[in-house]
Amino acid sequence: MSNAQAELIRQSFVTHVDENRLMDCMRCGFCLPACPTYIHSDYDETQSPRGRIALMKAVRDGVVEWDGSIEEAFDLCLGCRACEPACPAGVQYGTLIEETREAVLSVKSLSLKEKAVRKGAFDHLFADQRKMKTAVKLVTFYQKSGLQKVVRKVGFMELFPPFMKDMEKSLPTPPKKRREQLPPTEKKTTVAFFSGCLMDTIFQETNRNTIDLLNLLGCEVIIPKGQQCCGALQGHSGEMERARRNAKVNLEAFDLDGIDYIVNNAGGCGAFLSEYDRLFDRDTELHVLARRFVEKQIDISSLLVKLGIVEELLKQPKTEATEIVTYQDSCHLRNVNRVKDEPRDMLKAVSNSLFVELPDAHLCCGSAGVYNLLQPEMASRILGSKMEEVKRIQATTIITTNPGCLLQMKVGVEREGLSGATRAMHVVDFIHEKLMGSNGGK
Amino acid sequence: MDEHVKERLIAITGSAHARSSTAQKLAYSYDATANFQALPDLVLSPASIEEIQEVVKVCAEYKVPIISRGSGTNLAAGTTPTSGGVVVLFNRMNRILELDEENLTLTVQPGVITQMINERVAEKGLFYPPDPSSMSISTIGGNVSENSGGLRGLKYGVTRDYVKALKIVLPNGELLTTGGKLAKDVAGYDLTSLFVGSEGTLGIIVEITLGLIPAPETKKTLLVFYDTLEKAAQTVSSIIAAKIVPATLEFMDQGTIEAVEEFMKIGLPTNCEAMLLIEQDGDPAVVERDMELVHKLCMEHGATSTQMAQSAEEAARLSIARRVALSALARKRPTTILEDATVPRSEIAKMVKAVQEIAAKYDLLICTFGHAGDGNLHPTILTDVRDEAEMARVEMAFAEIFDHAIKLGGTITGEHGVGEMKAPYLEWKIGKAGIDTMKAIKLAIDPLNIMNPGKIFAKSVKKRVVVHNE
Repeated sequence: MSNAQAELIRQSFVTHVDENRLMDCMRCGFCLPACPTYIHSDYDETQSPRGRIALMKAVRDGVVEWDGSIEEAFDLCLGCRACEPACPAGVQYGTLIEETREAVLSVKSLSLKEKAVRKGAFDHLFADQRKMKTAVKLVTFYQKSGLQKVVRKVGFMELFPPFMKDMEKSLPTPPKKRREQLPPTEKKTTVAFFSGCLMDTIFQETNRNTIDLLNLLGCEVIIPKGQQCCGALQGHSGEMERARRNAKVNLEAFDLDGIDYIVNNAGGCGAFLSEYDRLFDRDTELHVLARRFVEKQIDISSLLVKLGIVEELLKQPKTEATEIVTYQDSCHLRNVNRVKDEPRDMLKAVSNSLFVELPDAHLCCGSAGVYNLLQPEMASRILGSKMEEVKRIQATTIITTNPGCLLQMKVGVEREGLSGATRAMHVVDFIHEKLMGSNGGK
Repeated sequence: MDEHVKERLIAITGSAHARSSTAQKLAYSYDATANFQALPDLVLSPASIEEIQEVVKVCAEYKVPIISRGSGTNLAAGTTPTSGGVVVLFNRMNRILELDEENLTLTVQPGVITQMINERVAEKGLFYPPDPSSMSISTIGGNVSENSGGLRGLKYGVTRDYVKALKIVLPNGELLTTGGKLAKDVAGYDLTSLFVGSEGTLGIIVEITLGLIPAPETKKTLLVFYDTLEKAAQTVSSIIAAKIVPATLEFMDQGTIEAVEEFMKIGLPTNCEAMLLIEQDGDPAVVERDMELVHKLCMEHGATSTQMAQSAEEAARLSIARRVALSALARKRPTTILEDATVPRSEIAKMVKAVQEIAAKYDLLICTFGHAGDGNLHPTILTDVRDEAEMARVEMAFAEIFDHAIKLGGTITGEHGVGEMKAPYLEWKIGKAGIDTMKAIKLAIDPLNIMNPGKIFAKSVKKRVVVHNE
């Protein structure tokens, strides 16, 4: 790296990374035990939130000159934000790492690998719901046509990082066609459903089940047309302009007057939606609108519990437990929205399964958006210790509340050769199976 | 550092356990002290006592500074690599070696996190009392090197009171073993005590044997508010005079109460000048009797309100205000500087008042909370290091706080250590004879001055200005 470019990066940090936010960190170190990359790097302070904030400040102040080692420290951050609840001083780490990535991105050209991943993901799939659907069709075709078998045989996937290979095996089969809607029993609550780009395509079944459960509890569910990807993946990678663009579209797509809640069933999206107001300058029209939008946000677990799903589950006849079910937190649901009890409360109320807490369930599984594609080594180490815990408690069902985590758990199950013994499911699908049977019919 | 020296050092641990990239050097350039930072040349993670001995020998040969570092939670710039050199980490020496239930001791490597020790001994119904606020992060090696305190100091003492034996790599690379699993031991100078709290300036602590005690059976919690500071202070004195030694006797001033209420909205009376959190633990009958008497004493000394916890959950709820005190304060301004001036417990009210006057005099925001039972206060200055004019006033306020504490028979630091930050003030407390004696010890053990140089002893002593007219 030339001196000139290092200086450009420093200036970019001055422009993008908020000094006051950096100053909030008092370096007490309370974030250290909460950080998965600190733990999995053999306690390397460089890979900790405190270390990264110190690096941001040092780059910004010109104490150190930008180089590959600094870049790696930022790249290795999962963005799980587990440091935020642990922080006594209320440091907005999530915003800082996004600002940092934006600062770097605006100067540095992306690495080839990252470019390839991002180009595929952000420019095309996540930016446009129709393209996402086309891609899903391709995946469907690929899985159904027998091409999948051929590809695996000839080792085409060897060309990709090992993680992508595992992930390819774990992609769920997209449903053939949409099922008929169940009419709501009696309307009490009006809910607008943020159906999410991934959730609405490869996890379409989960979205159906979400609507079923809400209907069961007396909700009218509206799916506003024109909504698109929440923008989280772009935002977390520092592509703030793209994130803002998506946010604007979504703010316009929802009619806030006629609804009680905006519900989502993906922890990562939910967290980003609930911080839409941070994307816009205070007191602008969009900021005011975003504030109202944010107030209506709720995750599916919290809403179901609020509407009485636990009571509904307890009505089921008690039978002997046939499976051990556990829960892996979605980092952003837990650390940003601070929701941890609701999914567990539902699982504990299920009559024919035994809930066992997954040790270190609060630690990131290593999925973290596209992290597992960009940082396969660290992601793999993190997933490895996660699966050790799964095996230790002999879980037969791993529940998650976010598509990324779900895919990652599926990868883990596949990689450990547990496919026969253990399944990974979205909480909605599991509860739906228990209350309404696996096909969704009553 | 010479490349050749660096290579020799890296060869000892292997390159996988050596860190020296730009990012890594920066990440080990600070601890939890605001405004202190210096880059090391190399960061090493040795795996054994033998490797540490090798590292020290090479460093001695080339006069390279060595800084032992636990988790870097020090509040007096004790672990900043002031003169560069090698930072030695203990992340690969973090095992609990032996729990001896017959002698009630626990032998550990220095990298064990303090919280783990608590958890491990609790499984056996035993108790390791020192509980510094950073115990979920800090290492026991760091605690021993700093002689850390905590909330239980009044009844149970501090880290020193539980260190039975040490293994230390001396600055010449030799291994020194002190103490033992003994209740009594007067074989010569008490070297164990000398190394506890020596802040890494005399050698590297590589193994620690801790004494344990049976775990107390129960605990009871009481929260009390006062409209004046003096009433709270009188209550504290009266509790001790009644021959009760509470496990916890914590204090918060009005500024801290206001900050906590602003942050948590839990309904604290913000018109009160003081809050006390009192806990007793031990045999149920004794706890019951003590807490009844404590409650009576609180009322007699004019408490405006009291709340006694009836359950563990309620106890947790009552102690939340004290637990979040630092968090609440830290949010008020960009820079938080936590001090630990300590006075005899009888002088607490005078000291808190003095801090408030000093804050007003220098137009600073200083809130005080702390361990009322052992006179260890935490005047917390909320400021902004970017504001040079204000930082100059902060420095003057510090000096005055230290000066006042010493006048009241207290000290400049109760539990954080001297480090680099308070080195200029040490002579105020211990005098020239004190400095000379300490320096003589330092030189005798570390003649090359390679062990954490720049700490404890200042290049120049702050001029002590007499600022009070009493």
